[in-house]
Amino acid sequence: MADEESQELSDKQKKEIAKWFLVNSPAGEIQYVAKDVRSILMDEDVYNMAVSEAFPLYNKAHLIFLEMPNRSGEVIVTSFGELSVNEYLDPRTAQVATVDHIKQACTVVRPATDEELPSVYIEDFRCALDAEVIKYVGETYPKGVCSVYCVNGKDVEGPGSNFELAVVISAARNSPQNFCNGTWRSIWNVGFKDDPQMIEVTGKIQVGAHYFEEGNVQLDAEHECMDSTIFQHPEDCAIAIANIIRHHETEYMASLEVSYSKLPDTTFKDLRRKLPVTRTLFPWHNTLQISLTRDITKELGIGK
Amino acid sequence: MEAAMGLMRRIHPKHAETALSALLSLLPDHSSDLLSQIDQPLQVLCDSESGKEFLLCEYNRDGDSYRSPWSNKYHPFLDDGLYPSLELRKLEIEANDVFAIYRDQYYEGGISSVYMSEGDDGGFVACFSIKKDGSRTGHGRRGYLEEGAWDAIHVIEVGPEEEGTAHYCLTSTVMLLLTTNTKSSGSGTFRLSGSIRRQMNMDLSLEEGHLCNMGRMIEEMESKLRYSLDQVYFGKTKEMVCTLRPPSEVVQLRMPDI
Repeated sequence: MADEESQELSDKQKKEIAKWFLVNSPAGEIQYVAKDVRSILMDEDVYNMAVSEAFPLYNKAHLIFLEMPNRSGEVIVTSFGELSVNEYLDPRTAQVATVDHIKQACTVVRPATDEELPSVYIEDFRCALDAEVIKYVGETYPKGVCSVYCVNGKDVEGPGSNFELAVVISAARNSPQNFCNGTWRSIWNVGFKDDPQMIEVTGKIQVGAHYFEEGNVQLDAEHECMDSTIFQHPEDCAIAIANIIRHHETEYMASLEVSYSKLPDTTFKDLRRKLPVTRTLFPWHNTLQISLTRDITKELGIGK
Repeated sequence: MEAAMGLMRRIHPKHAETALSALLSLLPDHSSDLLSQIDQPLQVLCDSESGKEFLLCEYNRDGDSYRSPWSNKYHPFLDDGLYPSLELRKLEIEANDVFAIYRDQYYEGGISSVYMSEGDDGGFVACFSIKKDGSRTGHGRRGYLEEGAWDAIHVIEVGPEEEGTAHYCLTSTVMLLLTTNTKSSGSGTFRLSGSIRRQMNMDLSLEEGHLCNMGRMIEEMESKLRYSLDQVYFGKTKEMVCTLRPPSEVVQLRMPDI
């Protein structure tokens, strides 16, 4: 069957395959994958095309965060803050960071223009929520960053219209020397509805971990949830929304631990038992006996 | 080739099949190396003669046909396929029968196949394979799993008999995928997947016969692999999750709510 495949692939096909490997890299490992892809392709042009398309997709999907050069914190690479292919807004510092996707680094920052920022009215809500989420993330994630974006209605000037914020939380831990990498990513869409005066919250949490010392084992877990609260003053909204996020994420973490604790004795048992149904090691020395017994049981129609 | 193996170590196990075919098309000159070094989930065929299912692997393949351990016939039909010697076929038949019972006791379902072939040095090679679908729609007795796949391939190279003993070299691979999807209880999708491979070498007396020796080695290896996956590999991913979000918070945060 290998013969049919020996015909040459076009550069475009090669690029697509390379891109597939890159985009599907585990958390924190795209640089290693890129190195392997490069040596397999042995074609710099195809490689460059593949990385230039794949890295932005990967960086956004993994919500990577990059240190900004002027010590003003980290900018998250997310479609919510994307102004152009390599420009990302950091709402907290009102700066626009230029990102080198392939090096996964932030090269320069500039102040955001007024058009790029939400109105003063929206900014009150955004800012208050940001402050609450920072508190929560600081308490909860040893290596987590967060940001709050206005994703809809950023030019709303006052009460009477709907608008929408998005909270992005991203935590990553890479320790390739221990063959282990992981990320926690959550995105909370917060819809402020003028009529009725409600706030609708929908969350999506993704957790991934990869352990690859003499093997390749990956966890990927995903959870979606919804909640709501009432539309109030910016500060009260912020506290209520942060509490919703805290509550759901804490519950979810607890449910992950339950899933893990169920593994050894229940879940895994449906794949393979620790011991045979007989609860003793298999009698290899006496197999003739077993097959005879089995034949007889079958013939007599007894047993299972 | 090294880079290809590097990629396979990183790519998500659920994408392993796509990754292999991608590598085959990029590296057509290495196809036999790739096929022999990268294990894939086992495919199943039905023996048209006995009506029983058997597993496909490199060890029962000749061209595009696969030999059934039940009828000893190639599917699709092959004129001049390779067959084990009469003596080896006898051992193969016995091994299939016994291994099916072993499989039943540990797996409570699933499919198994054993294939034997002559080795280079007067010994032989045996491949024991097991496939179990442990999902609630498959053979999952307890119904906890939305998806549950276990594929085990044990290849034993048995050296020629010398003074009543033989050398056994066992290479085992286990690939698994388990998903608990508890949408109803609101905790989302929880999926663990992976593959590990280990080797074990032993010199054993032939007093109780090859089958007994090979069987014990496989049983010991499978238990070790299951233990490592469960305790070490899954444990490491849990550790990682707890590093990202230390769960001690649960206790602290729960308190004010009550």
